[in-house]
Formats: sequence, C-alpha cells, structure tokens
Amino acid sequence: MVNQIFFLYFSAVIVASSLLAITRRNVMHGVLFMLLLFFHIAGLYLFLNAEFISAVQIIVYAGAIMVLFLFVIMLLNLREDFSKKQFIGTWPIGLLVSCGVLMVILVSMVVITIGAKGVWGIEQIGRVTQTVAVGTVLYTKYLFPFEVASLVLLVAIIGAIVLAKKRLN
Amino acid sequence: MIPETAMFGIPQWLWAIGIIVVKIAIVLGAVMLHVAYATYFERKVIARMQNRLGPMDVGPYGLLQPIADGIKSFFKEDIIPTNSDKPLFYMAPILGLMAAFSSLAVLPFFNGFVIANINIGLLFLFAMSSLAVYGVILGGWSSNSKYSFLGGLRASAQVISYEVPLGLSLVGVMMMAGSLNITEIVNAQSRYPGGMYITAQWLGFFVFVISAIAETNRAPFDLPEAEQELIAGFFTEYSGMRFALFFMAEYTGMIVMSSLAVLCFLGGWTIPPFLLKMLPFLGAVPGVVWFMMKLYVCIFFYYWIRATLPRYRYDQLMAIGWKVLIPLSLVNIVITSIMKMWLHKGGTP
Repeated sequence: MVNQIFFLYFSAVIVASSLLAITRRNVMHGVLFMLLLFFHIAGLYLFLNAEFISAVQIIVYAGAIMVLFLFVIMLLNLREDFSKKQFIGTWPIGLLVSCGVLMVILVSMVVITIGAKGVWGIEQIGRVTQTVAVGTVLYTKYLFPFEVASLVLLVAIIGAIVLAKKRLN
Repeated sequence: MIPETAMFGIPQWLWAIGIIVVKIAIVLGAVMLHVAYATYFERKVIARMQNRLGPMDVGPYGLLQPIADGIKSFFKEDIIPTNSDKPLFYMAPILGLMAAFSSLAVLPFFNGFVIANINIGLLFLFAMSSLAVYGVILGGWSSNSKYSFLGGLRASAQVISYEVPLGLSLVGVMMMAGSLNITEIVNAQSRYPGGMYITAQWLGFFVFVISAIAETNRAPFDLPEAEQELIAGFFTEYSGMRFALFFMAEYTGMIVMSSLAVLCFLGGWTIPPFLLKMLPFLGAVPGVVWFMMKLYVCIFFYYWIRATLPRYRYDQLMAIGWKVLIPLSLVNIVITSIMKMWLHKGGTP
C-alpha cells in the first residue's frame, strides 16, 4: 500500500515535470523542471533498491550535465527569445512519433511475459549491497563491454578536443 | 538505539521516527551554533593575523557579535530587484542551504551517532555538494545584474571543474577502506597501523584540501564573489535574511568539507592506537571531543589560507584544476591500487 502510494507520487511527478519542462517558454524554468525530473527518477531508483544508480543519477545528471546546460543557456543570452511565439514548427511530427512510441510500449506491456529470475534478485543485492553487486559484475563478467564503452568515450573526448581547438600543429 | 518492543504503548516505528527527529534537531542546533561562531572565529583569527583586534564591542571580547549580526539581518528589509526572476530569486538561497544541510545527514560525529547510516554515504555527499552550486547559479542568473551574472558563471565553471578531483581524491580512501559507508571508513582507519589514512593517502589529502577549498568558493579560490571585481558576486542583489541564508550555506559547506577531511583522512572520532598505548587515559575522552578538535583545526586552516594567500586568476584556477589536480589524483589511484594488490598478493583483503 505504502509502496504503491510512493510509486504513484514519483511517476505522477515525473510525467508532470517532463511536460512542464518542454512547455515552459523560459528555458531556465524548463531546465529546472528537468532537474526536478531527475530527482524523482533517482527516487524511483532508490525505491527499486538501486542506491548506487540513484546516487550516480544525481551526481552525473543533476550535478554535472544540468550545470553544463545552465552554463550554455547563460552564455547564449536568450532573454530576447522569450517573446517569440514559437521556437520550432515541427512539433506535430514530434507528437506523432512520440505517440507511436507510446503505442509500442502499451502493446508490448500487454504481451510481455516475465522470464526466469537471474542471480541478482532483491535478496542477493540486499545481502551484498548494490554498489558491490554492480562493481563485481561490471569488472568480471562484463569487463569487455565495459572497456569498449570507455574506449568509445575516449574517442568522443579526443574528437571534442579536436573540434574545439582552432589550430592544431 | 531502537527499543525491541513497543515502549509506553508507542509503536516501534514511531520511536524510530522520533529518534531520527531528535537527532536532526541536535545536529542542526549544533551546526547552526557552529556556523554563527565560525564567523566570529574567522574575524578574530584574520584580525590577529593582520595585527588587529577584530570585533570587540558587543559583549566581552565581542562574543555576542554573531547573535547581533543574526538579529540584524533577520529584521532588515528584504529587497527584491524589479526585473529579477522572482520565483528563482526566492528559491536560490533556499536550494543552496538545503543541499548543505542534507549533507549533514550522513556525517557520523562520533561512534554510532549519525542520522542516516547509509551504504553510499560518500556518494550522497558528492551528490549534495554538486547540488550546492544551483543556489549560486540561480542566484546569479535571477538577479538580472551583471555582477551577479558573472559571479554565477564563474561559480558554475569552477564547481564542475573541482568536483572531479574532489571525487577522485577520495577514491584512494574508498579503495583502502573497501566501503562507501563513512562509519565503515572510520572503523577501517582505526584498524590501520597509523590510525589515520593521511599517512598513506597524503597525495589524496593534498588534492582533497585544495579542491575542497575551491568547491566551497573560499579564498584563494573565491572568484565567484571576488569583492574587488564583482562587488559580492552572485549575491550582490541579495539583502537581509536571504543574504544570511547564502552565508549560512557557505559556512555549512565549509563545516561539511572539514568534517569529510576529518572522517576520511584524519581518523574521525578515533585517535591513533600508538598514542592510546602511550597515554591510556586518553581512551576516557569521548570521541566527539577528538572529532571537534580535528574539525576546528581544519576550519582554522581555511582561515589561515584566506589570510595568507592572494586570489588566483581565473585561467590559473582552471589550469590548477585540470592540469595538476586531476592527473595527481589519478596517479594517487594507480599507486593505491598497486600497493593494495602488492600487500594482499592480488587477492581481496
């Protein structure tokens, strides 16, 4: 009962704040609603006993990426643009695509069947704590994909430096 | 200490909540008192270093000065700029203070006394310290003033840059203790031969101290509020109680960072075992006394630095963060992991 109330609260706020984030005329307010959204997603993770993911969600998204967003917005000086009637004209296409995605999700929810449970059930994670569980699996079983992901990130970093630097000798 | 059975007809969960509320009240009360007297301590210390007397008029040796300041700022007029973004202007100081106060929830002040003994304590602290910047950025942006705006811009770049070495410098401690729970880290330190991680993690401590000063926007890294160039930086337009809230957030942040240094590098509420063996009567002193003494030393260090060093230039600040501190903290991680593998012959401890 308590669980359902919490879930309802989190999901309702997630939906409401994501709607507000894309409809606010003031970009700063939109970004702040997105911040609220990230907090509630972190709450939902915490609710699923995934405390590590929840903390990382706040550190990475709320603490770093959103601050970068704010930084860019502040540099762009968007105050004059608030008076514009509409920013983009292609929103009907976006609405159509997102309705299609929603339909796919709804259909797949009806036909979905829950498979066999893996090793990492709630009891097992509760015993070893989620940080240990994620670390162990990531550095043993999934070490190769993990390293590939870090290599991809490294390539992206080098690419960003090359693009940002005006002159390369 | 949650009683096993219901006491006085009150159910157990109500007891648990009641105990947490009492703990929050104790911690908040103690921290607010410390924040008030940290300002007095700062003015006195810096005054002595500059051969002045500092506050002397209110009460004996100016001891009631912080209370007078508090009452003054509480009753001052709350001025809101006409062209400011009002909801954000109201919210900014509260957001900053909220992040600073939330960090207190996971700090153990002595053995067993912590509001929330969670397994991701250190990660929670990182999350909250990275949120503290929102107060500064939003305050700077919503004031609609050039000085505030520049202060907010500087703050956001600075905090993003220094969060990285701050997190990385503590990775060595996490690896040595094998836990993110701060109580566990302190207990692991008391089992460690020296009793403090500063001996093995001196490089990490060095990086941590510098990035903690930058993260709390204190001198010599106080560029967001540089008085000579930006008047007061991001809180130029704030007055009265809202200004005091920003001030409280900054000092609470200082106390949190100092506590973190004490807990992760200086042994928290414990004292080194060899000292206890030499002078056994020291064991009778409660742990909170040791914690406070170490905390005051750290806070004194903040003031000492402020009175000694001139402010860095902006490009110097960025160069120190990215070109010195981050590589140093990475070197520290590599050294720590090699030492750990070598000492434990590659196996888990």
